[in-house]
Amino acid sequence: MTAAGDILEVRAAPRLPRLNLGRAGRWAFAAAAPVLLLAVWQALYALGVVRPILLPPPTRIAATLWSLIASGELPRHVGVSALRVLEGFALSASLALALGVAIGLSRTLDRFLDLLIQLVKPIPPIAWIPLAILWFGIGEEAKVYIIVVGGFFPILINTIDGIRQTDTRFVELAKLLEVPRWKFIRQVVLPGALPPIMSGLRIGLNVSWMCVVAAELIAASSGIGYLIMDARQLSQTDVVLAGMATMGVLGKLTDDALRLVERRLITWRTSFGGV
Amino acid sequence: MANADVTVQRLTKRYGTNGRTVTALSGIDLTIRAGSVVSIVGSSGCGKSTLLRIVAGLDTDYEGTAALGGARIRGPGLDRGMVFQEHRLLPWLTVEQNIAFGLNGLGAAETRRRVEEHLELVGLAAFARAYPGQLSGGMSQRVAIARALANRPEVLLLDEPFGALDALTRIQMQQEVLRIWQADRTTMILVTHDIDEAIYLGDDVVVMSARPGTVRTVIPVELPRPRDRNSQPFAEIRKRIHAEFFGDGSAGTAYVI
Ligand SMILES: Nc1ncnc2c1ncn2[C@@H]1O[C@H](COP(=O)(O)OP(=O)(O)O)[C@@H](O)[C@H]1O
Ligand SMILES: [Mg+2]
Repeated sequence: MTAAGDILEVRAAPRLPRLNLGRAGRWAFAAAAPVLLLAVWQALYALGVVRPILLPPPTRIAATLWSLIASGELPRHVGVSALRVLEGFALSASLALALGVAIGLSRTLDRFLDLLIQLVKPIPPIAWIPLAILWFGIGEEAKVYIIVVGGFFPILINTIDGIRQTDTRFVELAKLLEVPRWKFIRQVVLPGALPPIMSGLRIGLNVSWMCVVAAELIAASSGIGYLIMDARQLSQTDVVLAGMATMGVLGKLTDDALRLVERRLITWRTSFGGV
Repeated sequence: MANADVTVQRLTKRYGTNGRTVTALSGIDLTIRAGSVVSIVGSSGCGKSTLLRIVAGLDTDYEGTAALGGARIRGPGLDRGMVFQEHRLLPWLTVEQNIAFGLNGLGAAETRRRVEEHLELVGLAAFARAYPGQLSGGMSQRVAIARALANRPEVLLLDEPFGALDALTRIQMQQEVLRIWQADRTTMILVTHDIDEAIYLGDDVVVMSARPGTVRTVIPVELPRPRDRNSQPFAEIRKRIHAEFFGDGSAGTAYVI
């Protein structure tokens, strides 16, 4: 029994037939869908089905992207937006995590704040923009404020839920072993809540990107949202689409970064990866 | 090591579930001598877990008395350790951290010493830094036993601890528990539905009947250890216990337990 041999028992699970690809193969397979979309899009242009002024072909957008990068205009806007997201997300995450843990652990605090949260949560971040402008003008604070409002609730709600879902069998165990409260929180509650907390952070970051663009569309003189809105006024559809594509890539990259953190932190989980 | 008897007198436990009351235990009288092993067998739902939970102090709402060393049990305490059917290890803690989870207020050096001692006891020193997800069922249950013993309780409560293991691992675990008991003579109360396991380990086998849960009889097992499951006296005790459940007739159509 103590032999190292029995440490991992390999079970043969019934499996649906699936494509067996190598690492490179999987990459290629995943890239196929966006490539296919671009190909169809390009073909529609070549066939003259869509008007280029409404929907320029991918090749045009790529060229525009390239010149925007080369001129330093796109990197400048990306830098401005990313900084706003970073500031806003860092703020909303620290506030929501602290308050979420406190509410999750304290019934009294939960009862006290629950109604207030339920009433404020449904107000969309965009609806806060006019108020933010009145309060902060159109400076940086207004944008960061919108991002904080947007990212706050998904992180808060997931943190509270994660803590509330603490396994009652572990609560019982801690009672039997007379585990001190602080150790219980550190070794049972927080690790158990980590998966939902990470989901909350990912959603929060996603919402933060949406909020920065929304805020920049309405009142800004820099940032990707501003770039898109400015291009619309000049009917530069290719710049609009180049800005949108940049948003997509940025969102994916930052989500990847959080997923990496998640995998580092949650090493014990063996979850269902799909058949 | 243990020197406190567990005494249960006229213990009755009722559960109230939406208007109806279920009598889980009725008039239980039991004395478990310090340092002995008592097995409890009985059909599912006859109140075995309820009885253990009361002795563990997890359930304090009952009639009658449950006491350890003469003192009424009023809640959980480190003088009682418990092992559940599922290992209940924290998946994000290593084996040694799981054992240390129950060690509080001992100081770092003593904690480390106890962890090492009990890892050694269950033969898992080489797996100190493994995570529960990397262990087999039997190994996980041994960690759970080490965790329960690390506080050096007077009484170890085992609620169908090997019920989820395969037959061969189960026998190995029984031998392991016997070895541990022979080393330090902790009082053990072992709930099981495996009659051979009950006889192999118990000084007494308590046979319970269901609805309401009562003690039907207590059968002493006066055989030297380690016991041979294939010996004649072992078989006779097995037969007596079977008779308690199914009646003496071998018709095979006895009432369902
Ligand atoms: N928390 C509970 N609420 C209501 N009834 C319960 C509860 N726990 C156990 N029971 C009932 O008490 C009886 C004994 O349960 P249990 O002690 O778990 O039996 P065993 O461990 O012998 O299978 C069963 O009829 C069960 O349905
Ligand atoms: Mg049970």
